[in-house]
Amino acid sequence: MKNHVEARNIVKRFGPTTALDGAGIAIAEGETHALVGRNGAGKSTLVSILTGLQRPDEGEVRFAGEAAPALGDRDAWRRRVACVYQKSTIIPALTVAENLFLNRQTTGRLINWRALRSRARELLETYEVDVDAAALAGDLGVEQRQLVEIARALSFGARFIILDEPTARLDGPAIERLFTRMRALREQGVTMMYISHHLDEVYEICQSVTVFRDARHVTTRPVEGLPHDELVAAMTGEATAAYETRPRTAGERVVLGASALTLAGRYREIDLSVRSGEVVGLAGSASSGKVSLAETLVGLRRADSGTVTIQGTPVKPGDVPAALRAGLGFVPEDRHHEGFVPLLSVGENATLPIAHRLGRFGTVSAARRRAEAVRMIEDLDIKTEGPDQPVGDLSGGNAQKVVFARALADDPAALVVINPTAGVDVKAKQALLGAVEDAVERGAGAVLVSDELDDLRICDRVLVMFHGRVVKDVPRGWTDHELVAVMEGIQE
Amino acid sequence: MTALTASTPRLRLARFRDLTLVPVIVLLLIAGAFLDPTFLTAGNLTNVLQQQAAISLLVLAEALILISGKFDLSLESIVGMAPAIAVMLVVPVSAGGFGIELPGLLVIPLCLLVGALIGAFNGFLIIKFQLSAFIVTLAMLIIVHGLQLGPTEGKTLFELPESILYLGSALWLGLPASIWIAGLLFAAGIAGLAYFRVGRSLYAIGGNSDAARAAGIRVDRVLWGVFILGGTLAALAGVLETGRLGAIGSNQGVGWIFMVFAAAVIGGVSMDGGKGTVLGALTGVLVIGLVQNLLTLKGVSGFWQPVVYGGIILIALMISRVAGGKAQD
Repeated sequence: MKNHVEARNIVKRFGPTTALDGAGIAIAEGETHALVGRNGAGKSTLVSILTGLQRPDEGEVRFAGEAAPALGDRDAWRRRVACVYQKSTIIPALTVAENLFLNRQTTGRLINWRALRSRARELLETYEVDVDAAALAGDLGVEQRQLVEIARALSFGARFIILDEPTARLDGPAIERLFTRMRALREQGVTMMYISHHLDEVYEICQSVTVFRDARHVTTRPVEGLPHDELVAAMTGEATAAYETRPRTAGERVVLGASALTLAGRYREIDLSVRSGEVVGLAGSASSGKVSLAETLVGLRRADSGTVTIQGTPVKPGDVPAALRAGLGFVPEDRHHEGFVPLLSVGENATLPIAHRLGRFGTVSAARRRAEAVRMIEDLDIKTEGPDQPVGDLSGGNAQKVVFARALADDPAALVVINPTAGVDVKAKQALLGAVEDAVERGAGAVLVSDELDDLRICDRVLVMFHGRVVKDVPRGWTDHELVAVMEGIQE
Repeated sequence: MTALTASTPRLRLARFRDLTLVPVIVLLLIAGAFLDPTFLTAGNLTNVLQQQAAISLLVLAEALILISGKFDLSLESIVGMAPAIAVMLVVPVSAGGFGIELPGLLVIPLCLLVGALIGAFNGFLIIKFQLSAFIVTLAMLIIVHGLQLGPTEGKTLFELPESILYLGSALWLGLPASIWIAGLLFAAGIAGLAYFRVGRSLYAIGGNSDAARAAGIRVDRVLWGVFILGGTLAALAGVLETGRLGAIGSNQGVGWIFMVFAAAVIGGVSMDGGKGTVLGALTGVLVIGLVQNLLTLKGVSGFWQPVVYGGIILIALMISRVAGGKAQD
């Protein structure tokens, strides 16, 4: 089989850092080829070189045996390669139709809006995207936006498409639908490069996999018959065992409870009791209300009715400081948004909730803060230059560890963790899940909300939500299939 | 399918958001007619339009820049500085000139050129040098005004060449030429932003500049063009104002920028970029012009009028907050 896309001996430097060091990839025609590697392995740089957004310092890119077009010739690039970027390239204030034909609304001088809309409708129909061409793109959901991006990417006639972490923001059923679509494209002969942190997805949808580590190409292998640990070892450079969940027995004391919680349009009549020494998972699709429920428990949202109790005492609804005082620690859904202040140092971010203990009369002792921070950095194995480095400079996994450090700073009795492993690599993932289990072993009770089935394996039981209600309480030992069926509302 | 049914009514609302001020204008006209008999006469309304012609060009320029996601405070200083420098290049030393005495017919082209150069310089600092648009143009607001005060030593220029007075004072088909000019430019702006690729690219850049770049739009070039166009429009506003007043005072244009932002923002142009239309900005200018006129006719002291203008801005913001439903940063 001949190679549809080939990048050879690519070197790319950004100032002192080498993002790619003689790396390359060869993708056979018609295959779905995975590119995996830990954060900083050089995946994104390769994407920008393969899409013609950046010029490699050395090496060459070939499409179907021909040399790549000149960097300035955007149209030529787009006829060869389409890309659905990690960051959305949809412009929310414009209509779907205009987004599809951005900067090519017309071939003549004047834009004919009616014709543009009908061209858009045709395009959406071709790729079976059920979206109104006249709707504002900003009103679409994440999944629909992504479908619009895929349709746009393919509309240039490219037979090669790069999907850069397309599942990062999708829930289970939406991921399944994306995969169905990808399989259909493959049957039509489209070649794909697929980037993801989720190795199970690689096994599900790809035929071969290339591993990058520290800016270099490590291996390229067929997916079939490739053992899971071997792939992880190739990524991390060392043999890593799969995460082992630990056995434990829950205590009797209820540390976090909810009764008859209702928030219109999100969830209804939720009762919950989390005991000391127990991890309770919350699973469900994006519309299940699981995140809203968790956010209500920590006070980020206010329920219409019902009460939340922490260690037996009811807390004032919608009041985060009150919840923290009552002994709660939490990791918010979006760390960039609610998790940390990027310009402040690791030490300052991690000790925010315990600042009152670090000095008297409202002062904060720098020395004591430093000491606390150093301890946390050691505990959680945060890769940083030291407590004074701004969190904004850390990689995703390490920044998330800082958020964890902050959540655990006050030795909380109850811990609420929302999507803790989003966008972090394999090793960081294990460290973060380990941190949750450590806290629980020290006697805390935890609620873990996650879109990742793997995360939920550490839970002693998983509450599955569907359209705002808890529909099932699943004890440990479930299979993926079982849980997904309940999440999608297919009750057996 | 739920998403489909949900998005349609919102889209319709969004269409009308440009025109939310139309009922306000109608209301102002009706209220004005009752409050003062001279208000709803052709003469008075022409007067309102002529007074707003110059500032409306600034609103047009600012709307384009805001839609592209940038910012320009220095426009108001160009209104006085560009015509002043152009005139000084033309008139003799006795009239306050530099003594170069270029031909009088060149005064308008020179003026526009000065405006374009200032816009280009802003663009250079903001796009090529990647400085904050707010701070750059704040500094340029001060510098450009200083470049008028320095050479003129703060004096008013009275002896002006005929050619610069013409546009601001002539009548075309019974209406002041400045109204025609502003009207035509707004029409061009509305059509340009609605029906031309380059116009649409402003929305793309203001909405998500990375996406615009990925779509093959030459983001830097377009933005630079917008700044140059903005400077040129501000210089043209200076020409119209000069013709209307017959002299260039040292504070021509000073303080306009607040009104310009007010008009653009109450007209639905977003300060975050990517949203709003030129038509909306035009309705914003008209509302402010009509209110100004009414206050003057009713004899409200000029010292109290700022309170009313500030109030209008706040009320308009509240209305768009309630209508748009989203929190504003």
